[in-house]
This record gives sequence, structure tokens and C-alpha cells, in this order.
Amino acid sequence: MTPFTTLRAVAAPLPIANISTDDIFPGPGATGLPAGMSFSDPAKMGPNAFAVMRWNADGSPRPDFILNRSPWDTAQIIVARDNFGCGSSREHAVWCMAAIGMRCVIAPSFGDIFYGNCFKNGMLPVRLPVEQVERLLSLTAAPETATLNVDLTAQTVIDAGGGVHRFEVDAYRRDLLLNGLDEIEASLRAGPLIEAHDAAYCARRPWLRADTA
Amino acid sequence: MKGGNTTYDKIWDDHVVEELPDGTARLLIDRKLVYEAGSVQVFRGIRAAGRSIPNPERVLAVPDHVLPTHDRSPEALAGMPALLLEELERNSRDFGIEHIPLFDERQGIAHVVGPEQGFTLPGTTIVCHDSHTATHGAFGALAFGVGASEFEHIMVTQTLLQRRSDTMRIGFDGVAPAWIGGKDLILAAIGTIGARGGTGYAIEFAGEAIAALSMEGRMTMCNMAIEAGARVGLIAPDETTYRWLNGRPKAPKGAMWEQALAYWRTLPSGRDARFDREVLLDVSALAPQVTWGTSPEHVVGIDGRVPDPKDAGDAAQADAWTRALDYMGLAPGTAMADVAVSRVFIGSCTNSRIEDLRSAAAVLKGRKIADGVHAFVSPGSGLVKKQAEAEGLDRIFTEAGFEWRLPGCSMCFGGPFDSLKPGERCASTSNRNFENRQGRDGRTHLVSPAMAAAAAVTGRLADVRDYL
Ligand code: SF4
Repeated sequence: MTPFTTLRAVAAPLPIANISTDDIFPGPGATGLPAGMSFSDPAKMGPNAFAVMRWNADGSPRPDFILNRSPWDTAQIIVARDNFGCGSSREHAVWCMAAIGMRCVIAPSFGDIFYGNCFKNGMLPVRLPVEQVERLLSLTAAPETATLNVDLTAQTVIDAGGGVHRFEVDAYRRDLLLNGLDEIEASLRAGPLIEAHDAAYCARRPWLRADTA
Repeated sequence: MKGGNTTYDKIWDDHVVEELPDGTARLLIDRKLVYEAGSVQVFRGIRAAGRSIPNPERVLAVPDHVLPTHDRSPEALAGMPALLLEELERNSRDFGIEHIPLFDERQGIAHVVGPEQGFTLPGTTIVCHDSHTATHGAFGALAFGVGASEFEHIMVTQTLLQRRSDTMRIGFDGVAPAWIGGKDLILAAIGTIGARGGTGYAIEFAGEAIAALSMEGRMTMCNMAIEAGARVGLIAPDETTYRWLNGRPKAPKGAMWEQALAYWRTLPSGRDARFDREVLLDVSALAPQVTWGTSPEHVVGIDGRVPDPKDAGDAAQADAWTRALDYMGLAPGTAMADVAVSRVFIGSCTNSRIEDLRSAAAVLKGRKIADGVHAFVSPGSGLVKKQAEAEGLDRIFTEAGFEWRLPGCSMCFGGPFDSLKPGERCASTSNRNFENRQGRDGRTHLVSPAMAAAAAVTGRLADVRDYL
């Protein structure tokens, strides 16, 4: 996994609450199955990202959508309102964002599963209080103040107006991101511990063992 | 480590393998459900790293998402479904996982099949790479919906890394009136706490109305706990749970059943249990619930009206309501019962079980659906379908003008086979009314199966209580 340490990039404001995984990665019933979109290969999911907001039904870009406008067409950060990524567990939502170069999402709150999915893909979800997110939404809406600095080591977001916003993140997840570690590899080191616990657990709850299941 | 006397805490503590320095716990996971879409990447990852899946007998695979429900001929399955089905079969075989194939009568939506087979049991931890895994919490289990990478981690390591959640108890006081079921209770609860009211919480549903509720109704409720943002939704097991489970194919038998039962009886939250948040709802006068907007929190009684953004709590909410009304093509103040629908969908892991079909059929018996309405019903599993046919429900549906479909996720989400056309308005028993969820520019109103049937008959959102 690509490590995440610091990022200086254009941020695209999406001042909408409850942006769901159906918005981020619409199902084929919403987009059809046009050539160019992929529903199975994460690296090819770029065109799927925000497809209904981003493309007209005929596949042409919607000029009013922020990611179709300069300088936000180069954005690597999204700033949004409450409950970003609510809805389904489809990791496609993170994959398609990564495929268009996104590395970070800033919002007051996130859908829980989406939040976890981000860390698995080198994407940093940042929770900030509503007032600070509103400030970032208005700053990044202007081209000249659209750039943000995100520093995972210092756990800060610095905006173009000089505002410094500190955020919290679990130490374990932070370490994985900072070092680009493979979480499965790390967990496999706990193998003996897991096996011992499982043996004791199965003895305690014998009806769950395979031969009785 | 906090510890506690709630059902959630008891099951949590039973599964903690270790705690990391930052407080993240490693939980042992007992049961894993796999379906065709989305598992492709999981198995690809496991193969690419040359890893194995320990204890594959704790995994059950069943296809449900990307399947046609109108036709299962080779022509209908050609392309993506066939490829995904083949891949699920191959992966199950190679890794020694039990697989219920498409043409097995037990096939259906994973969250219907797991409980039906007795694979879901009280006190266990269960995961699936699908957000509505929360359904299984109805049995007093910790059921987590996870993404593909997380699922891969669990398949290989048998564990999930997660922090202990805060706990919330939502108590439902009073006796639910006629026609009020799990769908109405959970929609009312989401309306009360909001679509992110449950974020970070494990929610326990409790109280008089829950004690009286069937397992089907409980599954409907826990299914939609995720729509309140909760990590876990659960209901403590009781006699209703045990009666429902006893004799299921994978449930323990004989002495093992007795031993399990003795343990399960220790799971309900203690009288002195402390929750981080308590919410109380009186359901004794609750009207059937219906959503008007694009979030499950946009909900009112069927006797209510579309709200006015002027009455919203703050600017952000007013903004969200305006956006929702625009998308839904509704004006503030419109009576919900005046809203015309042209599509009706009964199905999904929320409401496709036998009791759901019975309650819709009770409304439809001897009636016809309105002109211009296209309605279909997709039973949650082959076994539900068989049971319904044995009871003659299929004939009630088809004589009323419904299509009687095959089991699968069907029109719950905008899959490749069934979706709403732009502007089409649908009364749906599924769980998400998000923009474009059931098709581009489709408009979804979430309701119970009985309410969906009433809407089909009138061609409008209708009060099922008028059909008593
Ligand atoms: S029925 Fe709908 S919500 Fe349930 S698993 Fe299928 S797609 Fe997901």
C-alpha cells in the first residue's frame, strides 16, 4: 500500500450532507454499463467515480460539477458535509476515488464502513468539527485558496488562509498509513495468539465447532 | 478496557483476542458469509498473496446480488452473472467453502439464508462484505458489515480489528397497533435519532414492542440499524429466538442445543446495564411510516405531509430538505397519501421473508393493482418462495397483477436487470431511498410490505389501515 505522510493538493468542495456510496460509485442501474467504466477492476474505476453527478446520461461531462472544473479537476482532496460515504460497504467507492487520484476526504462525520475502507487503500479520512469544515468549504471554493496541506505525522490540515486544524486518528491505523504497511501481514504475526484464543473459545462454545454445525 | 453488562459487551468480551496499545481490539470472528459480487477482489487478493483460509467450514457462500430475478436461462445469465457465479463456485471449491449454488432451493439473499439455515446463532460474531450484515443482530449476535479488504483480512486471520463502540438502547414502549411492524418501528427510530444518530454506536433494540415482535420483524429492524449509521444493531435473544432457531439445519441439536441454550440465556443485558445513550419511543399510536425524501431519516406517518424546508432545524438541514424535495419532485405540504406511484417492489433483505409476503398478500387478497402500476415481488430465498407457494400466496400476488419473481437482491439497488427509469416513483420495501439508488433519477419511498401492497392497489402511497 502507498504510504501517506503529507499531501499538498487542490481540494474540491462538495457542500452536501449524506453523500452516499451510491453517489460515489453508482450501480449499473444508474449508469448503465458504458464502455470505459469498470465494475470489477479497481484500477479502472476512475470513470465510475461520482458518475451521475459528473456525467450526463449521454456520457458528456456536466460542466457545473466541481470535479469537471479547473483547478478542481486536479483535486486530490474532497471536503464534504456530514455523513460522507454513508450507505453500503462497497469498497468500490474508495477504489474509484483513488483511481482519479484522491488521497484524502475531510468531513464532520463519515459512514462507518467507508471510513474503515479508506485506511485499507492509502486514503486518509479526516474528521473535523462542522465550523472548521464550513471554513474549508468556502476557502476551497475559490481557485486561489483551493489548496490544502494535510500532514498525517502532525495530524493537521493547514488551509490557504493560515488556519491550522488538528485532527484525531487511531494510532494503529495512523501507523499503518504512515508506513504503508500490509495489515494482514501484521495480523498474521498474532497467529499463535489467535489460535490459542480460538481453541479456548471452541472448548467453551463447543456447539460452534464444525462437527456440530 | 471498559467492560459492561450489556448484550453487546458480553459478546464482545467473549471474542477479544488481544488489545492493542491504542485501545483497538482484535476480535475473533465466528461466521463469514460470502456472495458473488465483491468477493471477486477478496479471493483475488488471497490468491495473489499465496495465503490460505483457516477453518473454511465457518464460511458459507451464496450468490444473491447481480442475478436476474425474472429469468434464469443461460441467455439471461450470460455475461457478468455467469462469470461471477463461476468464480464463486471455483473459489468455494478451491478453498473448501460450503457453497449454495444458484439452482439449489436454499439459494437466496445471504441475510435471509444465514438465519434460515441456522448458520446465524446467538452470541456469535458474524461478518459479510455487505453493509446489511447488521440483520443477523436480531439473534443476539454481533454482526458487522465490512468492505472487501477488511473481509479479506478476516478470512485470512479470523479476526477483525475494531474499537469497542459506545452503546445505545432504543426502547419501544407500548403495544404496536395493527399493521405496524418492524419496518415502521425502525423507520420511526431513524426519524427520531437521524441517519447518523447511531454513528459509532452499537444499538440494542428493546422494550415491550420488541418482546412482542416476530424474528422476521426483528431482522427487518436490525437490518436497517446501518441506515442510522450504527456499527451494530442487535436484539437480545429470548424464547422467540430459540423457537425460531430450533431444528434449523445448522443449529445445534440434542445435548449441544441444551448447552447452547443455557449460555444464550445469559446474554440479555442485565437489569443494571448502563448504556451510553438511551432513547425511548412510544409506539402505541404509531402510524405506518413512509419516507418522503432521499435519506431514511426523511420519514413521516402516512397521514402526514411533506415537510417545508422553512421548518428545518438549521440551514444545513433546510439545504438537504430542499435538495431532497427537488430530487423527489415533491412540493412542501403535499399529503403523503396524495403521492402517485407507478412502481412497487416487495423484496430485499429488509422485507422478503415469509411473514412479509403474508402481510402483503393479506392486503392483496381479492384485489387488483391499479392501472399503470408495475409491481413485482421477489422472495428472499428459494425456501421462502416454496413456503409461500405452499400457502398459495403466489396466486394471490399474481391474481392481483404482481409478477412473482425468483430470489435475489433484485430491484433493491440499481443492479443490471431491474431499475427505475428517470422520474419513476416506487413504493419499495427495501432499505435505501438514496438518490439514484434504484436507478438514475428514480424516486424511492420506503414502506412496509403491507403498505407497498396498499400502494399497488391504489396507485398512490396509501394508508394500509384503510384495508383492514
Ligand atoms: S437486498 Fe439490497 S440491501 Fe440487501 S444485500 Fe441485497 S443489495 Fe444489499
